[in-house]
Amino acid sequence: MIKVQSSVQPRQRARFLPAGDAALVVELGESIDDVTNNRVLALDALLTGAGIAGVEETVPTYRSLLVAYDPGTVAFADLVRRLELLLDEPEDSVAAPAGRRWSLPVVYGGSFGEDLQFVANASDLSEEEVVRRHAEAEYRVYMIGFQPGFAYLGGLDPQLHLPRRADPRATVEAGSIAIGGSQSAVYSVACPSGWHLVGRSPVRVFDSRREQPFLLSAGDRVRFRPLPAEAWEPLARRADAGDVVAEELPE
Amino acid sequence: MNAALRVETPGPLSTLQDFGRRGWRRFGVPVSGAMDPVALSIANALVGNPPGAAAVELTLIGGSFVVEGAAVRIALAGGDFPMFIDGSPAAAACSHTWEAGQSVRIGSTRHGVRGYLAAAGGFAIEAMLDSRSTHVRSGLGGLHGGPLAAGDRLPLGEAELAVPDQWLPPEHMPHAFPKVRVVLGPQDDHFTTQAIARFQATDYTISPHSDRMGYRLSGPPLEHSRGFDIISDATVPGSIQVPGTGEPIVLMADAQTTGGYPKIATVISADLPALGQRRPGDHLRFEAVTLEAAVAARQALVRWLAALPRVLVPVGRGPNPERLLAANLIGGVTDGDAFL
Repeated sequence: MIKVQSSVQPRQRARFLPAGDAALVVELGESIDDVTNNRVLALDALLTGAGIAGVEETVPTYRSLLVAYDPGTVAFADLVRRLELLLDEPEDSVAAPAGRRWSLPVVYGGSFGEDLQFVANASDLSEEEVVRRHAEAEYRVYMIGFQPGFAYLGGLDPQLHLPRRADPRATVEAGSIAIGGSQSAVYSVACPSGWHLVGRSPVRVFDSRREQPFLLSAGDRVRFRPLPAEAWEPLARRADAGDVVAEELPE
Repeated sequence: MNAALRVETPGPLSTLQDFGRRGWRRFGVPVSGAMDPVALSIANALVGNPPGAAAVELTLIGGSFVVEGAAVRIALAGGDFPMFIDGSPAAAACSHTWEAGQSVRIGSTRHGVRGYLAAAGGFAIEAMLDSRSTHVRSGLGGLHGGPLAAGDRLPLGEAELAVPDQWLPPEHMPHAFPKVRVVLGPQDDHFTTQAIARFQATDYTISPHSDRMGYRLSGPPLEHSRGFDIISDATVPGSIQVPGTGEPIVLMADAQTTGGYPKIATVISADLPALGQRRPGDHLRFEAVTLEAAVAARQALVRWLAALPRVLVPVGRGPNPERLLAANLIGGVTDGDAFL
């Protein structure tokens, strides 16, 4: 467990917004930053620990926590009071889950990342430099959404920030590593995408055959490890057989 | 040999659905589940199953099935689908016991979109992430993660068949509210006052680009007060997103779990099942209600569902389901095919 760092800004007041009659949103900020996201994850952990009757599931996002509940068991106003109490816990007693650190193997460029050259041209760098900068960063998993196991990764080198493609692709392969705006991502299943493809990982961030089908959680950190194209086949075969292939790094 | 249903012709989008996946949204997994969980509950009650047991969700056009191995008890509820057992008309909202070798054909719906074919004992298929619901995009659930295909064999669980068939008299059917009720928010403060008023005064048309993920609506655009981008946050089935075009999209059962458009309102849980029966070309209007009114409507539906098994009538006692069937058969031509 790590402690949430104090924010320099005054703490923003939480807003409690109904999302219909069976869910509410606790909004803790209006920006994408580690402090706000840590507060979301800390509240999520505290709420899970509190075991409030009627709370069915939670969805942590960049800056808010969705709480799905049964209004026949707990009323909106009572749930808000309980959440306010949890938010009133002193800042440094609120521990966010530390998250795990992962290293994911990636083959960059060529047929594995068909937009690498475009990204290099657009960011005025060589392909090698794009790979170096993309693989050197440590990314934070801000949230999971969009599709099963899809991780929104923050921490992309500013030189690599790029607007989406004007013409989205109808399908990109599962395992595709892409750049969109100021973020990067690992695609968990084949799907349409308007992001720029720089590489592909044999790691399956979602595999329903595993006891833990989802590799990544909000709060985890991710690094990419460049591999030569020849390394793809043996790793892909291991992943096919159910091997995680990703390495968990020590703290 | 255990009983099974073999799929002869599957219909265009027939999937197994239950009450959906709970507890996996934090990992990006949609809830899925029946688009009309009330109709699913009725079909299950008629065959003596728990309300959320998996059933075949039919979309606009039915299909044909053959009983294998042993007798089964089945029931069809939801949209107004004509059903024929070995060629003879059979009433919906009524359970029927079929012998091995009999076949059932289900035609195109005359009203509503989705029908639920439940079988006593339920479908003995392994759950994935705590649910048998099929989510086609991610290949989760059902028999093989996709719509039913010709030749699929759906094994059935053990069931008690030595009780009379039963039906649900029409006066006990729940009444759909004429408007779709919503609770404003969570991002209604991203819209002008005029947009909030127009949202409730507009006669929206459901666009052909609508599916289990969401209904796109056509109508005069709604004006955002501070842009149409928000930092992506969580959605629920019933969330009404308004993208840059200003035309609302109602997220349905297969909705993605997060989204980056402001959500002007959320359909109340009591009205979402009836919305699941609306089809492209249908008109609808929204009405904002208080959270208290939404919760009261939800609790009324919960009580109705709890009482459901007690209002079923054994066939042969009281009014006859065949009379209802005869009335249904005068329903006129089907227009279901036009939307596929």
